[in-house]
Amino acid sequence: MITIENLNFGYSEKRILSISHMEIKEKQHLMILGKSGSGKTTLLHILGGLLKPAEGKVLIDDTDLYQLSGTAMDKYRGQNIGLVFQKAHLISALTVKDNLLLAQYFSGIPQDKGRIKEVLDTLNLGEKLNSKVRQLSQGEQQRVTIARALLNKPRVLLADEPTASLDDDNANSVIQLLKEQAENNNASLIIATHDQRVKAVFDLQLNLNEQ
Amino acid sequence: MNLFLLSWKYIKDKPLNTFLNVLLMGLGIAIILVLLILNSQLEENLSKNKRGIDLVVGAKGSPLQLILANVYHIDFPTGNIKLDEAKALTRNRQVKSAIPLALGDNYQGFRIVGTNHDYVNLYEATLSEGALWKYNLECTIGPNVAMQLGLKVGDVFFGAHGLSDTDLDHDEASYKVVGILEPSNTALDNLILTNIESIWQVHDHSAEEGEETEHSSEPVLGSAYETGLPEGGADTEITAMLIQFRSAMGAVTMPRMINSNTNMQAASPAFETQRLFSLMGIGVNMIKSFAYIIIVIAGLSIFISLYNALKDRKYDLAIMRSLGASKSKLFVHVIFEGIIITTIGGVLGFVLGHGLVEFLTGLYEKSDAIGISGMVLVKGEFYVLLISVGVGVLASILPAFSAYRTDISKVLAQE
Repeated sequence: MITIENLNFGYSEKRILSISHMEIKEKQHLMILGKSGSGKTTLLHILGGLLKPAEGKVLIDDTDLYQLSGTAMDKYRGQNIGLVFQKAHLISALTVKDNLLLAQYFSGIPQDKGRIKEVLDTLNLGEKLNSKVRQLSQGEQQRVTIARALLNKPRVLLADEPTASLDDDNANSVIQLLKEQAENNNASLIIATHDQRVKAVFDLQLNLNEQ
Repeated sequence: MNLFLLSWKYIKDKPLNTFLNVLLMGLGIAIILVLLILNSQLEENLSKNKRGIDLVVGAKGSPLQLILANVYHIDFPTGNIKLDEAKALTRNRQVKSAIPLALGDNYQGFRIVGTNHDYVNLYEATLSEGALWKYNLECTIGPNVAMQLGLKVGDVFFGAHGLSDTDLDHDEASYKVVGILEPSNTALDNLILTNIESIWQVHDHSAEEGEETEHSSEPVLGSAYETGLPEGGADTEITAMLIQFRSAMGAVTMPRMINSNTNMQAASPAFETQRLFSLMGIGVNMIKSFAYIIIVIAGLSIFISLYNALKDRKYDLAIMRSLGASKSKLFVHVIFEGIIITTIGGVLGFVLGHGLVEFLTGLYEKSDAIGISGMVLVKGEFYVLLISVGVGVLASILPAFSAYRTDISKVLAQE
């Protein structure tokens, strides 16, 4: 489903990573392991259509990501790629509902409040629909970002260090949640982390430390 | 959700900041609008009142005062001129028409003006009720006089000496209202018009007691109520004459002739009002520059707050991009924010400006006489509102451009 070919990309000064071929099939999940500074965020951004690589191709299904024009790429990203970050980057001027409506608006799909309610309910956030983001706890904010990433039923769910600031229990439950949600939505989950606690859960692993 | 709503929600999230920017913008626009409203109405009314008058002839003194007193009825007269001299002047062949005016009395602050029907025709005023005066001590009143004093046709009142309402009453002779004029938005609206002889009669103290019975029992037909100058003795005086020339040649020769060969003074309304405006213009321009400075500061303040906010908002903007927003959408999102603030400011300025003029005209009673109101739209207001939108665009264009260039990957990597 996701194919990487002859990928070369530079990150920080002078360091270059290359991946000649890698494939992630339907319903497979990938963990990108690496110390901080090993280029895992950069790789994740390349897979998410946020950063054009120096060389090489990223194919999601049959779409060659970096052959798309700027606006088409933005739209494709909005509709097919869900992103979760280490910190819950929500728009704090808005309510939970508006944050999710924004994800539908920007990706160009019809704004559907029923779908928003549905996703929030599966993450036990149904009551927070009209709360301002600032009124939520850290954990709740993190779950809202997961809801936002899943809202448009993406093909790929990308998570960058989702557990870095969590304790053992929470780290495990977030990973379980991401995996569960990805499977329910038929999406491939790709996590970039240096967190050894979450290693066991994944079929595919890419260790950038060894390169 | 849409871009406009999104920008609006950001604005609502910082109420104090928004309030300050809107207020600054509103004040700048309000000051400009106040000047615009006052200036354009003043100019319109001044030019309306001087139309058809080429020259005003009156007693020597300040030419501007002569014009203000006899054309606009806002200043005091420079004095009186002899009827004989005035009559001699009307025989000059350059003079097409001459309307005599006799000022000096008032009723409750409204001027009583002795003149003839030509004065009403000059402004093409029509009657709404009753008739024009014919007999001495009959009068026809302007619509504002009728409305504010509640006078009706048939009412009787005593005039007071002088031009402000605190002066002593002439309780020896009373005026009778015979007609009310239709509003014409000219000086006529605030005047009480009568025969020149009525004024003489009221002031004729030497002939008191004995003749008084004769006046009140038998109304006397004015000797020149329709046109021309009345008949009077050697000592009789009028205040001024409004003259129209037969040709442009009159404008060249008449003023010099009058000013050097007679005891009278000639002044041109066109020239004097222009002089008045250029004198006022200095003050108006200063206040105007002040207002523009406020608007520039408002724009700068909006720019600074948007620019500062961008630092905190770069994550927001990167997230929006990651959610599928195109670069141009972010650009428009930030521009909208500037425009919304300045447009609200513009609307506030519009309300404040008109409200302020209306409030000031309520405080200052003379404003009725010069015909100024806050409840009218003047030419040029549309451009002022356009300016406020323009300021919004200008203030937000740099921040918008920097939003447009947000490097998603770089921002998101700086956790």
